[in-house]
Amino acid sequence: MARTAIVGVAVFAALLAGCVKPPPKKAPPVRINQDPYPSTYNRYPGAVTVIRGATVFDGEGGRIDNGTVVLADGVVQAVGGADVPSPDGAYVIDAQGKYVTPGVIDAHSHLGDYPSPGVESHSDGNEATGPVRPEVWAEHSVWPQDPGFSRALINGGVTALQILPGSANLFGGRSVTLKNVPARTMQGMKFPGAPYGLKMACGENPKRSYGGKGGPGTRMGNIAVARAAWIKAQAYKRKWDKYDRDGGDMPERDLAMETLRGVLAGQILIQNHCYRADEMALMIDMAKEFGYKITAFHHAVESYKIADLLAREGICSAMWADWYGFKMESYDAIEENIPFVHKAGACAIVHSDDANGIQRLYQEAAKALADGRRAGVNISDEVAFTWLSANPAKALGIFDKTGSLKPGKMADVVMWNGNPFSNYTRPERVWIDGALMYDANNPKRRPVSDFELGQPGEGDVK
Amino acid sequence: MRGAAILAVLLSGIAVPAAAQIIAITNGIIAKGDGSAPEQGGTVVFRNGRIIAAGTDVGIPAGAQIVDARGKWVTPGIVAGFSRLGLAEVDLSVEGSDDTDADGGPFSAAIDVVPAINPLNTTIAVSRADGVTRAIVAPAIPRSIFAGQGAVIDTGADMNPVTAARKFQFVELGETGAAAAGGSRASAHVLFRNALREAAELGRFDALRGGRDDREGISDPVVRNPNESRIYGPDARRSDDVLLTRFDAAALVPVLQGRQYLLVHVERASDILQILRLKREFPSLKLVLVGATEGWTVAGDIAAAGVPVIASAVNDLPASFEQLAATQSNVGRMRAAGVKVSIGLIDDNDTRYMFSGRQYAGNLVALSRLPGATGLTWGEALRAITSAPAEAIGLGAEIGSLAPGRRADVVIWSGDPLESASAAETVFIDGVQQPLETHQSRLRDRYRDLQRNTLPEAYRH
Repeated sequence: MARTAIVGVAVFAALLAGCVKPPPKKAPPVRINQDPYPSTYNRYPGAVTVIRGATVFDGEGGRIDNGTVVLADGVVQAVGGADVPSPDGAYVIDAQGKYVTPGVIDAHSHLGDYPSPGVESHSDGNEATGPVRPEVWAEHSVWPQDPGFSRALINGGVTALQILPGSANLFGGRSVTLKNVPARTMQGMKFPGAPYGLKMACGENPKRSYGGKGGPGTRMGNIAVARAAWIKAQAYKRKWDKYDRDGGDMPERDLAMETLRGVLAGQILIQNHCYRADEMALMIDMAKEFGYKITAFHHAVESYKIADLLAREGICSAMWADWYGFKMESYDAIEENIPFVHKAGACAIVHSDDANGIQRLYQEAAKALADGRRAGVNISDEVAFTWLSANPAKALGIFDKTGSLKPGKMADVVMWNGNPFSNYTRPERVWIDGALMYDANNPKRRPVSDFELGQPGEGDVK
Repeated sequence: MRGAAILAVLLSGIAVPAAAQIIAITNGIIAKGDGSAPEQGGTVVFRNGRIIAAGTDVGIPAGAQIVDARGKWVTPGIVAGFSRLGLAEVDLSVEGSDDTDADGGPFSAAIDVVPAINPLNTTIAVSRADGVTRAIVAPAIPRSIFAGQGAVIDTGADMNPVTAARKFQFVELGETGAAAAGGSRASAHVLFRNALREAAELGRFDALRGGRDDREGISDPVVRNPNESRIYGPDARRSDDVLLTRFDAAALVPVLQGRQYLLVHVERASDILQILRLKREFPSLKLVLVGATEGWTVAGDIAAAGVPVIASAVNDLPASFEQLAATQSNVGRMRAAGVKVSIGLIDDNDTRYMFSGRQYAGNLVALSRLPGATGLTWGEALRAITSAPAEAIGLGAEIGSLAPGRRADVVIWSGDPLESASAAETVFIDGVQQPLETHQSRLRDRYRDLQRNTLPEAYRH
C-alpha cells in the first residue's frame, strides 16, 4: 500500500512538470487477494460464566484442582484456584467432580468433504484427477450440513478442526480450519485468521491412485514428481516476488503455484500424510532441498522410529492410538507411538481422520497414555491433554488464539462429566468463543443439521 | 485346543500337563460375563480347560496352582461378536493376504471360511494380547447375497483355531445385499427365497437319506457333513430352473432345516421387519440379525420374534440411508425392550480392531449417565461382549462366561476391562496360558531407546 502511494506521488510530480515527457514507468504491482473466501464467522452470545470446583487441565500441561475458570466476552478471563472471584451477575456452575479443559482440536478430519451419508454424490475429498493438485481447496468441498460436525461436538468435545483433502494426490490441496459451530456456509464456520495448510502425501496412496493413470507408480516416482513441482514453484515464486517488488506486467496467475509459493513463503503450513519413518526422513530432506518447512506429519505410524529426528526438526506427528495393519505402510504401527514421540521431546497429537474416531479422541489419548505408562513413559493426565489441545493448535497455526485456557484466548472450553481419559466420560457442556453450544442436560443446546430434520431420530441423543 | 490337550494327557501317561493342573485365580474382582455385577474377592477355578467354579463363595481345591489377582479384574475372555478376524493379514493392496471375500469365484453359500483362517495372523496375536479369546468370523459376500458359512474361532497361540466350523450362514439383505442382487432390495429378497426353494428341492432328497442330525456338539459341526452336497449323487435331480450351483444350494439345506444359524445383515427398520416376516414364512430358520442400526425403532417387534441381534455399538451417524436413525442408545434401547443383544464389529475394521469391543462396551456404560440416552449396566455391557454373542449362535454353554463347565477362557486385567486404559495381563484359552507378545510389542522393545548402539537396530532381538 505504502509503495503504491509513493509511486503515485512520483507520477503526479512528473505530470506537474508538464513539459518533460515521463519515462515509461512500470505499472505498480497489483496485489492478489490472499483471502477471496473470507471467514464470516461471528461468535454467538454467551453469558458471563464461572465454572467452579472442577479439575482444570489448561491444555498446556498445567493442572488446577478445585479450579475456577471465568468466561466472558468470548474469551477466557481468568483461570485459577478457588480464590478467583466471580464477576457480578455471572452464571456460576458448580463443577465439583467434573473436569474442565480446552476444546479438543482435531488436526485431521474430512468432515464436510466426506460427509454422512457417505454416498458417491458426497464424495468430495480427493481430486484424484492428477497427482499434483495444490490448486484445490478443501473448503470448496465442505458441506456445512454434515451431521458429523454435531457428533464431534457433543460426543467428542471438538471445538475446532482442520479439514484436509484426501491423500490420493502428492499435493492434495489446501486445508481449511473450522470452528465447530454450525453455519449455513463454509465461510460461516471458517476459523478467523487461521493459516491455510497444504496437504501432501507420500507412500502408497499416490502411487496406487496413479500407477495405472500415467504415474507416479512408485515411491521414487512420487518423489520425482513432487520435486518437479517444487522446482516449478521456485521459479514461479521468483517471478512473482520480482513482480511484487518491481511491478510491471503482471505474470499469469497459476492457482497451483500460488499455493506452493505460499508454502515457500512460510504462509501456508505443510500437513504431510506419511506413515513410514524412512519416507518421513525423505520428506524432511525434500523440504530442506526446496526451502520450506513441514509443520506436521499425519498418521505417522512410524514416528517412534525417528522421534529424535522429529524433535530436532520441530515437526509434529498427528497419530492414532492403535490403528495398525490396514495397509502395508501401517504394518509397523505400535500402541506406544504417541507416548514415545512425546518422550523424545517431539510434538505429539492425537488425530482422528474419521467421523467416528473424532468423537472419541479423548479415549484414544487415554489408551496411548496408558500404553506409554506401561512402557515406562510417565506422563501426567494434564500433560497428555496437550495432545488434544495445545499441540494440534500449534500444528494448525492457531495456538495464539485457542488451544489452551489462558486469559485472552478464545473461550473454547469443555466441561466433562468425569476424567476425560475414560471410556465412561462424556462432554457435559461445550462452549465455543464463550457461547454454550452443547449442554447434555438441555436438548435445545444440541445441533441438528438440516439433513436430519424430519428424519427418523431427529434431535436424538446420538 | 481341548482336543489337543486331552490327546496330550492320553499320550503322556503319568506326566501331568499344565492343562490338567487345577488353577485357582484368587482375590480378584470377578465379573462372570452373565450380566451380573463384578464382585470383590472372588475365585475362579478351572481344570482340564473347563471352568469348575467362579464366585466369592468358591473354595480353593487342594493342590491348586494359585494365581493371585489381588487388585486385578478377572473376566471370561472377550468374544468378538461379529468379525473377519484371521481372514486378512493386511487389508489394502497386499495381494494374497486377504481372504475376506472372493468376488471372482463361482461359489457363494457353499464357501466355508475355515480354510482361510490363519491362526498365525498378527491380527489374532494382537486380539489375544488384548483379552479377546474367541471370535465369530464371517466371510464377506462375493458376487452374491450369500457370503458363505462362518465359524467360531479361538485366538490361541496354536494351529487349531476352529471352535465351531460352519456354525452359520451369512447373508446381506440391506444396501449391500441389494447391490449384490443387481440393484434392489426386492431383487435380493427374490434371490433369497429362490435360494431357499432350491435348497428345499435338495432337502427332499436329503430327507430320503435318513434325515437330520440334531447333535449340538461343538467339535462336531452343526452341519452334519462339511461337504454336504456330496451326499447328493448323480441321481439327485434338480429342476432346470436354478440359479445356484448345486454346491451352494446344498449348503443352504441346513439353513432351511434350522440346523445352521442364519446371520442376516440389515440396518434399516423396514429391512429388519422384512427379516422378521421371513421368520414367519420359514419358521425353521434360526435367525440372528447383524447390524440393526435402526433396531431401536422396532425393538418391540424384534423382542417379540425372539431374534437375537449382534449390533454395532456406537454407530451414531447417518452413514447411509439405511442408518438414518443411528444412535449410540440403540443397544441400550433394544436391551430395555427385551431384545437379546450383543456387540459386533460390522463393517468396522472387522479384520483387526477386536480391541474396540471393550471400548464400545464401556461407552455404553457411559450412556447411562447421559440424560435422555439409554445405556447398559456394567454387567450387561460385559455380557454384550462375552456370553451374549456366544448365546446368539448357540454356544452359550461353551464360551463367554465363567459358569461351571464353560471353556476356561479367562483374562486377568490390570483394571476395569471396559476402560481401554486397562490391559490384559494374563490370558488363558481352554485353560492354557497364552503368550501375549506381538509384532508390535517386539517393535516397541526394539525402538524403546533410540540411542545409537554398537550395532544397528536390526540386531536388537
